[in-house]
Amino acid sequence: MSVLLTAVATLGAIGAGSAAILYMVGQKFKVEEDPRIQEVQDSLPAANCGGCGFPGCASFASACVKAESMENLFCPVGGQDTMDKVAAILGRKAPVVAKKIAVVRCNGTCDSRPRLNLYDGASKCTIASALYGGDTGCSFGCLGLGDCVDSCTFDAIHINPLTMLPEVVEDKCTACGACVKACPKDIIELRKQGPKSRRIYVSCVNKDKGGVAKKACDVACIGCSKCQQVCPFEAITIENNLAFIIDDKCRLCRKCVPVCPTKSILELNFPLRKETPPAPKEEDATVIA
Amino acid sequence: MLKTFRIGGIHPKENKISAGNAIQPIAIPDQVIIPLSQHIGAPCQPVVKKGDNVKVGTLIGKSVGFVSANIHSSVSGTVLKIDKTLDASGYKRDAVFIKVEGDEWESSIDRSPDLKKSCDLVPGEVLDKIAAAGIVGMGGATFPSHVKLTPPPGTKAEILIINGVECEPWLTSDHQLMMEKADEILVGTTLVMKALKVQKAIIGIENNKQDVIALFTQKVKDYAGIHVQPLKVQYPQGGEKQLIDALTGRQISSGALPISVGAVVQNVGTVFAIYEAVQKNKPLVERVVTVTGKEVKQPCNILSRVGIPLSDLIGVAGGLPETTGKVVSGGPMMGKALASTDIPVTKGTSGILIIPTLEAKRNAMKDCIRCAKCVSVCPMGLNPTLLMNLTEYEVWDRAEKEHITDCIECGSCSYTCPADRPLLDYIRLGKGKVNGIIRTRKN
Amino acid sequence: MEQKLIVSPSPHVHSGDTIEKNMYNVLIALIPAFLVALYVFRLDALIITACAVLFCVGFEYLIVKYIMKKTPTVGDGSAIITGVLLAFNVPADLPLWILAIGCLFAIGVVKISFGGLGNNIFNPAIAGRIFLLISFPAQMTTWPAAATATATDAVSSATVLGNLKLSPETLPSLQTMFLGTEAGSLGEMSTLALLIGLFYLLWKKTITWHIPFSIMATVALFTGILYAFDPVPLYNPLIHLFSGGLMLGAIFMATDYVTSPMTRKGMLIYGVGIGFVTVAIRLWGAYPEGVSFAILLMNALTPLINNYTSPKRFGEVVKHG
Repeated sequence: MSVLLTAVATLGAIGAGSAAILYMVGQKFKVEEDPRIQEVQDSLPAANCGGCGFPGCASFASACVKAESMENLFCPVGGQDTMDKVAAILGRKAPVVAKKIAVVRCNGTCDSRPRLNLYDGASKCTIASALYGGDTGCSFGCLGLGDCVDSCTFDAIHINPLTMLPEVVEDKCTACGACVKACPKDIIELRKQGPKSRRIYVSCVNKDKGGVAKKACDVACIGCSKCQQVCPFEAITIENNLAFIIDDKCRLCRKCVPVCPTKSILELNFPLRKETPPAPKEEDATVIA
Repeated sequence: MLKTFRIGGIHPKENKISAGNAIQPIAIPDQVIIPLSQHIGAPCQPVVKKGDNVKVGTLIGKSVGFVSANIHSSVSGTVLKIDKTLDASGYKRDAVFIKVEGDEWESSIDRSPDLKKSCDLVPGEVLDKIAAAGIVGMGGATFPSHVKLTPPPGTKAEILIINGVECEPWLTSDHQLMMEKADEILVGTTLVMKALKVQKAIIGIENNKQDVIALFTQKVKDYAGIHVQPLKVQYPQGGEKQLIDALTGRQISSGALPISVGAVVQNVGTVFAIYEAVQKNKPLVERVVTVTGKEVKQPCNILSRVGIPLSDLIGVAGGLPETTGKVVSGGPMMGKALASTDIPVTKGTSGILIIPTLEAKRNAMKDCIRCAKCVSVCPMGLNPTLLMNLTEYEVWDRAEKEHITDCIECGSCSYTCPADRPLLDYIRLGKGKVNGIIRTRKN
Repeated sequence: MEQKLIVSPSPHVHSGDTIEKNMYNVLIALIPAFLVALYVFRLDALIITACAVLFCVGFEYLIVKYIMKKTPTVGDGSAIITGVLLAFNVPADLPLWILAIGCLFAIGVVKISFGGLGNNIFNPAIAGRIFLLISFPAQMTTWPAAATATATDAVSSATVLGNLKLSPETLPSLQTMFLGTEAGSLGEMSTLALLIGLFYLLWKKTITWHIPFSIMATVALFTGILYAFDPVPLYNPLIHLFSGGLMLGAIFMATDYVTSPMTRKGMLIYGVGIGFVTVAIRLWGAYPEGVSFAILLMNALTPLINNYTSPKRFGEVVKHG
């Protein structure tokens, strides 16, 4: 019996002693932290994707608390709802930011852009891109080796085996921008998702002269500026033989789409075209770059 | 025991089947395309325009900035246009398109074959002539020679090293040049010694070129201060750092230039071009190109003007074989695989290697078995498999600590890996990234 | 249509070296030891070795194909080596069901569960042997007498190392140990046969000298110093070199690519470590033999050694003002 008691007493004493030491150390090295940081962090998605520009959710949370206003602070994964919550915790108002989505600006499928050589190096776009222009005549287009797929933590981008081009899954894409950074050809862009996910964009980044671009790819932008002429809102710029639609200015009138001779302007999620294009709609969002 | 470098190294099958084939000329086509960027550094500014008449040796591209090299017309004729053309990487670069009419040379160029030994120019004048002639490192690196021959302030060259190693398998252009132009190369060496103000030069030649070693050992007796050193055949002996180690026993520390150990290295092809530039006023408009490969009908060494398409050179060697899988500009270890044979010969084209499909395809990559063979062959004493992993997982700070920037991209690691891992592919990528990070940190 | 050219980064040639070639070289190097085992144990040696190889290859194939659902890679020969080495590390009369358990543990737990060849931390054969030694101590430490021996106790006999501590007067001659007919596991019979294997591996450049020689040198030096002070058989360096699994371990198991360090310096540290632990266990431990434990321990330290040793870099030693 006494053996048992001794054991219990000894172990108990060791336990109590350790607890005391731990408590004292804990008190001594306690770091005073703004409790709101934890609160903000709890309302974040905890994806730690870095899409906000900070290393992770925790540092974004402390940046939110420390910042004077909510300008330039945005969690693309959580979106407007999360930012409203964060702002409420901090007693501020979050600016309205239009939801963005990743857009792949290359439509050079196997059919429209013939392969001229076989790449046989390590299967990584950055390596292929550092080596040469690519396996087609277009040295700007998608290499199809999937660095964007590897970079995505949300399983939101996949290579379509038929076209060998990446496709974005709209429901899953959080516009964190990882694929934009991963792509060595700068093909992927974050664009405003648009009302009902409707978007119009030039699906090409080829800066070659029209003839050269067209020879390499059937659906290349040849910089003919027909879209620019037809656009009523001055939303289209042409630089280096390449058209670009500024999404802030575009009002989705779709006039540019049919005039493009190479069909390099794509429209997404629109209903089938009627005789008259839908009236231009004012967007109610203020956009933060 | 023959001398060689002390760390790592491999000995791939030499395959120098075109050795001993005399340098032969090639017909000039109707049109040549001369790229305005044939060197490391800033591309040239064109100084001709459409419709201009040019002769062989006319300046068509002027160097911009210090690290750059002039470009001259290699043919006589009319400038058709200045437009983009594909370079060896498949990217489009500016080039001068010239329609060939006759073969008229600039009058200042001395075209006689006589050897001109004496030179009464002062060192500065020699350098000016080298710069004016647009001479670049012809071993493949294409670094402007006048820059290399101007030691940075505070440093002094003590020894000149002439690279006659040609350690790449298959290639024989340097070998053949040394056999046919020995005296010119030796005079060129004395000119470079004069420009550098050094009294001593060593010509390093690998032991698989016995004929060259015999010839040069005989000839150097007439030239003061020049020595010939036979070297054990080992790749990458032609690497600057390895060659200096092999010949002088001095090892350049990480990140330093050869001049830090008082050495300047020049390729034999470059030295020959310097001879022609200084003694004959001839700018760099032609070079020797080896066309070779297992199934090539007539492996040969061709004296080609810059701007002639590679397909013409392959034609001289009997055309592309049916089985062709890969066409490499340069040697098999460090050359560049081409997407097209329509690109022109440039100052850095040392050879064209045609590899049959069966040997061109890489084997599928397996998991690393940590055999450490890459570690033992790395001539820079790095750990390639670790560097590949660090690149794959983007651990740039550790990669920098492991000296990824020391990599000379010789390819010994990928060559030797039993698991067929693309070590160099990744390390090259990581090296670029880390160099970029270091540059941004400095700014 | 013109033929498409293949484009890839340099280099465009390969040495032709493969994992398979290295593995089969190791197997070739094991042939002399196998022949000695055949001579000593006759059919038993063949049965044990064949079964171990069959179990290892079979388990690897089944596990990779049906549990991991990947393409089996048994062709690389590493499972065969594991099988042979495990067989060489057990008594010739080990029941086959025990052998099967050892193989399953070696392949399934130690190798495949870590990701297969190249990713395992411990040498599968060593881990398998230790697993059996701890689980079935009786069966793993009774040794059949050599079929060639004329000893009276035909059922079982003690190993040299076992006798070294208990009855040093019954030791066989050094010559017997070197050529190999003393009692023991299958593959540890003949030092000579194992050394022939070592020279083959060195000649083929499958392994470098660093690991085996540093182990042997450490064992010889360590015991040699003790022997100089107290010349009893227990400290005789030659007995330690020629007996037990030292040669087999030093030449074939410690040099396993996957579980040994990658740098020359690391290999030497690793070898010295194995040597020390082996001798320590042999002289002062409860077990008569310590090579397996030593290798297993140093396997665990390999990542650490790799982390703290870097190869000698170019230009590192030469200082310039």
